[in-house]
Amino acid sequence: MRSVVALAAMAALSVLTVSTTTLAGGPKQGGILRMYHRDSPGNASIHEGATYSLNVPFMPVFNNLVIYKQDVAQNSMDTIVPDLAESWAWGNDNKTLTFKLRQGVKWHDGKPFTSADVKCTFDMLMGKSQQKFRQNPRKTWYNEVNDVSTNGDFEVSFNLKRPQPSLLALLASGYTPVYPCHVSPGDMRTHPIGTGPFKFVEFKANESIKLTRNPDYWKEGRPYLDGIEFTIIPNRSTAILAFVAGKFDMTFPTEVTIPLVKDVKSQAPNAICEIAPTNVATNIIVNSTAPPFDNIDIRRAMALALDRKAFISIMFEGQGDVGGTMLPPPNGLWGMPKEMLETIPGYGPDVSANREEAKKLMQKAGYGPDKHLAVKVSTRNIPVYRDPAVILIDQLKSIYIDGELDVAETANWFPKVARKDYMIGLNLTGNAVDDPDQSFYENYSCGSERNYTNYCNKDIEKLFDVQSQETDANKRKKLVWDIDKKLQEDVARPIIFHSRLGTCWQPYVKGVTVMSNSSYNGYRYEDLWLDK
Amino acid sequence: MFAYLVRRLFLMLVTLFGISIVIFFLLRIVPGNIVDILFAAAGYVDPADKANLEKELGIDQPLVVQYLHWIGGFLRGDFGYSYVSEKPALQEILPRIPITARLAGLALLFSASIGIPLGVISAVKQGTKLDYALRVVSLSGLSLPSFWLGLLILTASVAMFGQMPIFNPNPQTWLEAFATYAVPAAAVGFRSAALTMRITRSSMLEVLRQDYIRTARAKGASDAAVNYQHALKNAILPVITVIGIEAAFLIGGLIVTETVFNIPGVARFLVEAIRWRDYPIVQNLVMFIAVVVVFANFTVDMLYAVFDPRIRYTD
Repeated sequence: MRSVVALAAMAALSVLTVSTTTLAGGPKQGGILRMYHRDSPGNASIHEGATYSLNVPFMPVFNNLVIYKQDVAQNSMDTIVPDLAESWAWGNDNKTLTFKLRQGVKWHDGKPFTSADVKCTFDMLMGKSQQKFRQNPRKTWYNEVNDVSTNGDFEVSFNLKRPQPSLLALLASGYTPVYPCHVSPGDMRTHPIGTGPFKFVEFKANESIKLTRNPDYWKEGRPYLDGIEFTIIPNRSTAILAFVAGKFDMTFPTEVTIPLVKDVKSQAPNAICEIAPTNVATNIIVNSTAPPFDNIDIRRAMALALDRKAFISIMFEGQGDVGGTMLPPPNGLWGMPKEMLETIPGYGPDVSANREEAKKLMQKAGYGPDKHLAVKVSTRNIPVYRDPAVILIDQLKSIYIDGELDVAETANWFPKVARKDYMIGLNLTGNAVDDPDQSFYENYSCGSERNYTNYCNKDIEKLFDVQSQETDANKRKKLVWDIDKKLQEDVARPIIFHSRLGTCWQPYVKGVTVMSNSSYNGYRYEDLWLDK
Repeated sequence: MFAYLVRRLFLMLVTLFGISIVIFFLLRIVPGNIVDILFAAAGYVDPADKANLEKELGIDQPLVVQYLHWIGGFLRGDFGYSYVSEKPALQEILPRIPITARLAGLALLFSASIGIPLGVISAVKQGTKLDYALRVVSLSGLSLPSFWLGLLILTASVAMFGQMPIFNPNPQTWLEAFATYAVPAAAVGFRSAALTMRITRSSMLEVLRQDYIRTARAKGASDAAVNYQHALKNAILPVITVIGIEAAFLIGGLIVTETVFNIPGVARFLVEAIRWRDYPIVQNLVMFIAVVVVFANFTVDMLYAVFDPRIRYTD
């Protein structure tokens, strides 16, 4: 009998131990996540900005209709999950995308969320509503949307002009939160109201941003954190030192350079650091409307002179990616395979041979050892722009081009580019979504506001539409590769490299996923918890 | 004396009026405005949206109209709204002033309390090893940029103590509050202390050679009485002038110190506002600083009379 009791006691104890272990290993409620922010965002309205400085602190305030699964690093169609929508369905003609909306969701001010809010948001984004955003940088994302219609309070349909399967990818981005109808765009800039896991508390410019847990969040048991506090520290040295000293639980995402990651690991060996592609491409914008770069031979020579690996080696200690417009695999979904990439002039592994070819093109254009071409290489006066521009100048010397650095303050950079007051420029292009529709239409379509070089090739533009309507992912991928190859051959906007940067966090921060093909979509933070 | 005061006050008003014009037009000479920056940040330029925004902010109006609008508001106590945060400019500026004032005050205190005694010691012990050592320290203070010294302090703190003395907005104790300001104040005040020390030393050396000092010694006055009661009192005037100038100069040093120690004061805020071309913030803040500097100079002039009975401001 005693042994039976002992066995039962042992069994009970082991069950208790197992369950306690599970509990101890599982997510814990509570705690404030302390993170530093790299700069003070201009306002708090995600729709009115185009920098992830906005997404990081304010994405947790909102929900989208659909969202990329937050614990999967690579964003793809397969990782899109319902958010404010419970489900979605395409119409038979692939021209209608209908969402069934979640019921019982409340805005942070207590008002109910309905389909009217979704319609309001997208009408504003398409420029069709009375209320206007002060700035609307992603209006072109919805060029193919005819209108948004509601069917009752909990169903909404996007009616398209033509099939566009990737609309769903755009809707899943951190850049596509649903805004409340009853709050003006002006108020959303200063005091955003969302339905998300965290409520906005305050934003003190150049000082801090504070969020607190939304106790009425529709997702049971989330978020785990009581709040998030961002301290704005523009000085990178101070920020990193503060992280090392334990003042912060996490660095600003994808902001720590490769050498700094090494520093962090040496000073705080327990810190966890992950280096991931940012899907930001450093590229050259060429003013092909004026001499000398109206000559395709000179543009091609310049593209042939690039030693991309040298850029990556100098700037990222080898941790960067060579690719075309689309982020290369394995992190990128749509980038050309290496074998195809190397067939493009300038991408071949033999840099000397490429440069010999470039010299011949330069000589054909009338330049040579005795007659160098003097150019100004314009760029923004911040290190991520300036540093590669200096390397570019050095590399151009090898093909009789003498470059002079011409830096412009941020305030003057886009006006300068818009008035074509440059010969060549060093530019950075960030892709919010790893999808060709976002990249191609924004940066290369005729008349697009972000097509800084005014590159316009009607034949390619037709191909943009063909790939955009293709529902078979494999077929679409091949079309995208062909387009990307053609864009590089046309020297439309030569891509130099795709950068990688680090994110570090303390070991007690759990549930962090760094997205590997976008820096804009992974900041909901509802699954993040502190094990302390 | 009264007429002198009135004249000085009138001159101060004229100076401030001149400064307001210089601030306003210098800001407009700098290329780009808030709208350019907002669109640069968004990565596109839409001419229609841009025109709407310029109209909304009133920066499409002629410069004279803009100036009159600003200065009229300033005189009425209406400081406008920040272009960036869209909050009242005063609401943005006011909470930051005490932070910078505390920091500047502590830095000046550090500068005077270290610089003056060490300057006196250095002068009294002229030519000794101690004098040379103190002169090396003062030269280092003048040579080290405050941002570099600040970074060095931060790095050393983390490496040696695993602690980081950056700004704590909610100190729990008086000591914590003091610590929040003390380290950055020391970093920025070190340069001022060095300057104060050098001026005190040279001024003291000059005074110590005077006949009345010899007379005091001959009468049997103690070293302390000679140095501090007779010599320092007469040597302090140039030091006060330098401290007055330093008070204004400190703003420059505070910009980098506030950045390095991440202190949300007005100095760093001003730089950010200039970067954003946030005219209402920059104009009002610079005017505020100008008022402080002009009054500081006025106060220094008045202090001359307090410290040197021979100085009398007559009509």
